[in-house]
Amino acid sequence: MGNKWLGVATVAVIGAAIAALVGADAAAKSDKKMEKMTEVEKRAADPRNKKYIVGDKRTGYVFLTPATRDIQDDDFSNPSFVWVETGEELWSKVDGKAGKSCASCHGDAAKSMKGVSTAYPKYASEVKKLMALQHRINWERKNRMQAKPWKWESSEMLGMTAYIKVQSRGMPINAKIDGPAKPFYEKGKKFYNQRRGMLDMACAQCHLDYPATMIRSNLLSQGMANGFPTFRLKWQKLGSLHRRFTGCNKQVRATPYKRGSDEYTNLELFLMDRAKGLPSEAPSVRM
Amino acid sequence: MTYSRFFGVAVAVVFFAAAAFSAQAGELVTYKIVDETIPQSLTGKAGDPVKGRKTAINRKKGNCLGCHVMPIPEQADHGEVGPPLNGVGSRLGAAEMRLRIVNSKMINPDTIMPAFYHIDGFHRVQEKWKGKTIISAQDVEDIIAYLVTLKGK
Ligand code: HEC
Ligand code: HEC
Repeated sequence: MGNKWLGVATVAVIGAAIAALVGADAAAKSDKKMEKMTEVEKRAADPRNKKYIVGDKRTGYVFLTPATRDIQDDDFSNPSFVWVETGEELWSKVDGKAGKSCASCHGDAAKSMKGVSTAYPKYASEVKKLMALQHRINWERKNRMQAKPWKWESSEMLGMTAYIKVQSRGMPINAKIDGPAKPFYEKGKKFYNQRRGMLDMACAQCHLDYPATMIRSNLLSQGMANGFPTFRLKWQKLGSLHRRFTGCNKQVRATPYKRGSDEYTNLELFLMDRAKGLPSEAPSVRM
Repeated sequence: MTYSRFFGVAVAVVFFAAAAFSAQAGELVTYKIVDETIPQSLTGKAGDPVKGRKTAINRKKGNCLGCHVMPIPEQADHGEVGPPLNGVGSRLGAAEMRLRIVNSKMINPDTIMPAFYHIDGFHRVQEKWKGKTIISAQDVEDIIAYLVTLKGK
């Protein structure tokens, strides 16, 4: 299935390039060809996909409709930036008994946070397990600021993760899975391949075996995690990766885990390794 | 443009909606498997092809359209995870279809196709679905009664 997709994408990109070279006549012919394409082929043919394809890996962007891509591509129309602004304000806002803000220790986020999120989730010796970026944020709040933790799906937490991640936008995902992270990665991998729920399906069955395939009204993607938090049109707000996990669990009628749980954090590391080398795309827009 | 808008609307509907829907609790009908088929009707009652077609469409029941293209033109979205079921009535008999729908994993242990009349061996099934089958024994018979009418290529 992956190969079929690659074929379509390559042919279409080359096709578009030739059309541009040979001029209007050829372009008119290629327009005719576009009309005949299936919806899936049209989505694959968009030349904007190029930077979201690395080897066999494709981010969710490649599977979107062009109209949804338009929303993501323009920061002024991408609704995620409302949350990014919240994050930016909170960055330098003093909170907690220690009288500090993030900026007190980390200064300018554009410098200090550049590249940071590409390594998450990450083994943390303080807790002897993985920390997702959200865990790290709350750890800093508790231990350095003596401030109250934020709830996983709160606008503060979503805003801060979006703000930190936007500093790494376009940089390759590069989480570590060796050394102390290894056992957690292995658990995430097991989760990914485990059938679950009344429909008895594993993550891998939809996202490894059938990407670029319609499953009723949805086009299955490779289920990559490099675009989160994401603004889902269906949610009408920014949402975390763990919220997406909850949804993918429930749709097979399986009991989800808690957001921020060890299970979901290990799974997140497995997915970040699947996305290794793809550009960090957060905060993305999805359907 | 119409295309993208259409898709935007369509995806707002959750695939395999997990909303509550009354499934069948209690005893499962027993059946005998013979050479990758279930020869006997699960209910002894003839299936209703009109009901079967509806169950195949219903996202909270069969949702066969989730994965199969079927000759159901009034429905916009047909999945392509499994083979098209157009003409399946010329390829398979009722007995073969019955095991396929009851528990496809008896034929192909790796298949993504859910076991529609089965309750055992699942992992972390949501509380509200525990001990229930996705569709009832009569639903299975109704779907078969519909599928056998799909003749041709
Ligand atoms: C029944 C099929 C199915 C199963 C099983 C499934 N998913 Fe999904 N998943 C979807 C659909 C449909 C979407 C929305 C379209 C897309 O991006 O693939 C989605 C989207 C996602 C996304 C968002 C991708 C993006 O770029 O926005 C992630 C991440 C994801 N799934 C991870 C998982 C994980 C992890 C599991 C297992 C816990 C899982 N999925 C199980 C069907 C499934
Ligand atoms: C999540 C995906 C999925 C769903 C939902 C699904 N199927 Fe399937 N089905 C498949 C796949 C994949 C195959 C291919 C064979 C295999 O995987 O073993 C298949 C094969 C079949 C076959 C055999 C076709 C042939 O030509 O040999 C029949 C009949 C069938 N399905 C009927 C149904 C019916 C009826 C329903 C709904 C009650 C249904 N399926 C729901 C995925 C699905």
